[in-house]
Amino acid sequence: MFRKQGKRFAEPKLDQGPVLVNNKNSGAEQMSRLDDALRFHQTALDLRSQRQALIASNIANADTPNYKARDIDFGSALHGALAGRVAPLALSTTAANHVAAAGVATAPNLQYRPETQSSVDGNTVDMDVERAAMAENTLHYEASISFINGLLKSMQAAITGQG
Amino acid sequence: MSLFDVFGIASSAMHAQSLRLNTTASNMANADSVAGPDGQPYRAKQVVFQARQQGNNPYAQGVQVLQVVESAAPLRMVYDPKSPAANKDGYVSMPNVDVVEEMTNMISSSRAYQTDVEMMNTAKTMLQKALTIGS
Repeated sequence: MFRKQGKRFAEPKLDQGPVLVNNKNSGAEQMSRLDDALRFHQTALDLRSQRQALIASNIANADTPNYKARDIDFGSALHGALAGRVAPLALSTTAANHVAAAGVATAPNLQYRPETQSSVDGNTVDMDVERAAMAENTLHYEASISFINGLLKSMQAAITGQG
Repeated sequence: MSLFDVFGIASSAMHAQSLRLNTTASNMANADSVAGPDGQPYRAKQVVFQARQQGNNPYAQGVQVLQVVESAAPLRMVYDPKSPAANKDGYVSMPNVDVVEEMTNMISSSRAYQTDVEMMNTAKTMLQKALTIGS
């Protein structure tokens, strides 16, 4: 490591230090693994609830003139959110005086729904499409919750050793 | 938690739709009123909706009633020389309320209201489901 490259630094006393550090690391790793197992579904739930608000907005504005129905592409949004969390956008620092900066995962892209039947007031909300999307989204949300519950159950079984 | 925004969206939409239903009721009730509160013939009223962002969530767009406008349709002229409100040619200007249009408006707003209630219930069920995680 860095300390061993040059002999300019006095060797610090690390008699018991590394052991402690290792223990901490493995604990953090364990936590991170538990966290990793749930991250996918947590992200999915987050996006599902955002999408639910979006669809609710569309339904609420079914009679608002010039309102354009919007939605997100769930697959790519989930992909983006997961990628953003696993490896946050970071500026590469190539010189010592560069400032390190990390960005957060970008919000999912809002897209306009294609118009099925045009109306005189410029509103593009199609109630059937929105209701179907809402039912689908609710079902997926509840499915994600079932998956999380299943994961938690199997984790508990692994912890207690009483499968 | 965006799911809580659904409650705000649904309640704003329910408020807007109930205002629309009120306007429809006024129009229907006054379909034959020769004179409104100002002495002039009653004119049909319509609400204008506008999307409004709920809180700081750009995905949550509620509804608000921007204004109530009076219909610009011409008044209905009815020949009734006996009426005290008749003009010198014997015509009485009656409200420009289109009863058929008001009926469709009424059905539309009551259905929209029902959908909003359902939307709120769905969000409630989803949140209750989320509370069962880990139990």
